[in-house]
Amino acid sequence: MTEPRLLASGDTVLVLEFGDAIDWRISRRVNALERRLRRDPPAGVIETVPTFRSLAVHYDPDTVSFDALGEQLCLMAEEVEAEDAHTLLWRIPGCYDAEFGPDLLAVGEKAGLTTDQVVECHASRAYIVYMMGFLPGFPYMGNVPDAIALPRLETPRTRVPKGSIAIATSMTAVYTLESPGGWHILGRTPIRFFDVADPSPALLSPGDKVIFEPVSRDVFERITAQVAAGEYALTPEKVTA
Amino acid sequence: MTASLRVVAPGMHTSIQDLGRTGFQHLGVPVSGALDTEALRLANLLVGNAHGEAALEIMHLGPTLEVCSESVRIALAGGSGTIEVEGQAQPVPGFHSVRLQRGDRFRVTASGESATAYLAVEGGFDIAEVLSSRSTYARGGFGGHFGRALDAGDVLPLRRCQVETRPERMLTQGGLPRPERVRVILGPQDDYFTHSAIDALRESTYRVSRATDRMGMRLEGPALSHRDQFNIVSDGIAPGAIQVPGDAQPIILLADRQTTGGYPKIATVISCDLPALGRLRPGDEIRFETVTLEAAAEARREAKKRFARLCKTLTHVNTEWTPDEYLLHSENIIGGVVHATEVD
Repeated sequence: MTEPRLLASGDTVLVLEFGDAIDWRISRRVNALERRLRRDPPAGVIETVPTFRSLAVHYDPDTVSFDALGEQLCLMAEEVEAEDAHTLLWRIPGCYDAEFGPDLLAVGEKAGLTTDQVVECHASRAYIVYMMGFLPGFPYMGNVPDAIALPRLETPRTRVPKGSIAIATSMTAVYTLESPGGWHILGRTPIRFFDVADPSPALLSPGDKVIFEPVSRDVFERITAQVAAGEYALTPEKVTA
Repeated sequence: MTASLRVVAPGMHTSIQDLGRTGFQHLGVPVSGALDTEALRLANLLVGNAHGEAALEIMHLGPTLEVCSESVRIALAGGSGTIEVEGQAQPVPGFHSVRLQRGDRFRVTASGESATAYLAVEGGFDIAEVLSSRSTYARGGFGGHFGRALDAGDVLPLRRCQVETRPERMLTQGGLPRPERVRVILGPQDDYFTHSAIDALRESTYRVSRATDRMGMRLEGPALSHRDQFNIVSDGIAPGAIQVPGDAQPIILLADRQTTGGYPKIATVISCDLPALGRLRPGDEIRFETVTLEAAAEARREAKKRFARLCKTLTHVNTEWTPDEYLLHSENIIGGVVHATEVD
């Protein structure tokens, strides 16, 4: 395994870069080290932000120097290699009704597929949560089948509804809040992905796996009501990464 | 008995901010918090609060508020704005605490040389923390007062119904300077830029754009050209990171910045120069100086000493306000700030 690159982003953030591509093996290293740091943070570490190929470590330069922290993190990065990672598999109901998926038709046209085939394709595999970013609890998940991998919209929408299931490049995601957005919207999930009132506010964590399970409009409405009443529990399975 | 400040007019963009929401960036939750943390600390110091207590962050034009409790003590810090109490001949200058009574209405005037100013209330606002902070994150719609900037008619609950009469406090050297140059450390993606882009960053003058908000300060000036392409595989974003999108114009990422991003970052503003960025207004000029990590550490120590010295200029003054005293103090305060901005 190659040594991570150490980069300074100002005097309070140290970036450990494990590669320059979106690759689940790199992502696994990043997330394994992040979990390790979360369990047992070195002195001076304030918080850690795992991304596709690097880990940003926010630190207090009055407590620890860049060099000392970098050395310590590189040692830890070597140690976590051997860790056997278990992960959670979430089955997320998604409604691919035309009203919820305004881009289904266009994606199908570009991919040479019917809308049913687009849905089947999107729901055909387990995605890995690489990282969270863009919005609170917004999961970047990959990789979508090549058949429906498309660049972002040329003109982003000003308002994408909360719960929208979307794709762009090799990634799929769920809009956790209403927000502007440039991804192709295929459907909507009734599941709440981010809740500030919850002590662990984000549903997913990097390293988790997600399978979208198409549901009818009726089932969508039923689950939406159950979620609102606090009566819907989603239980993930434990699987090996 | 409830205690509150009622918002008569909200000002341009007034929000509740503290020192930010630490510990949730791995979930995509921005840190938020005061843009000018030094001014926030000073406002709290003047009313006797813990330094990171939540206060009102006032951008450009201040709000008008009405006291709906027995008494309150407030102080404004940052810029040269004042507190104009209805029916009182002389305004209360910044960096000076004042005790007001039920029914008093006051207007916070524009903060002058600074884009932001902070109004602290003795005892603080009685507002629940969301994810360990009272900072407003407007885009996410949480924190502060219902997750948004203030509106007319809002009622901001206070922890104290009344405050004791005591000598008021003031800072004799209230001005917060703007640095001659903003110091940056190159990277983490300076290798994405041409040599001439690095030279331009070091040598050019940039102007703060109108399209600046709590998320990012957009700058206008010579292009910072990319060597090849302007997309990176998204990675983490430090406070003060200077990202350069395809249009080659830099954006300094501020308190409400996204936790991750896909544009290369040519350099990052060092931590002790961040509070001063919160003072820059649209149209202001900004110049950069590249420094090493060692120099940043030294600058951070110096800044701490300077700020501690500033805090030590806190003095007690008579409760009653007199015009002579006002003239004297406002001369000192405004004089200091003007001098600082005229450097360079």
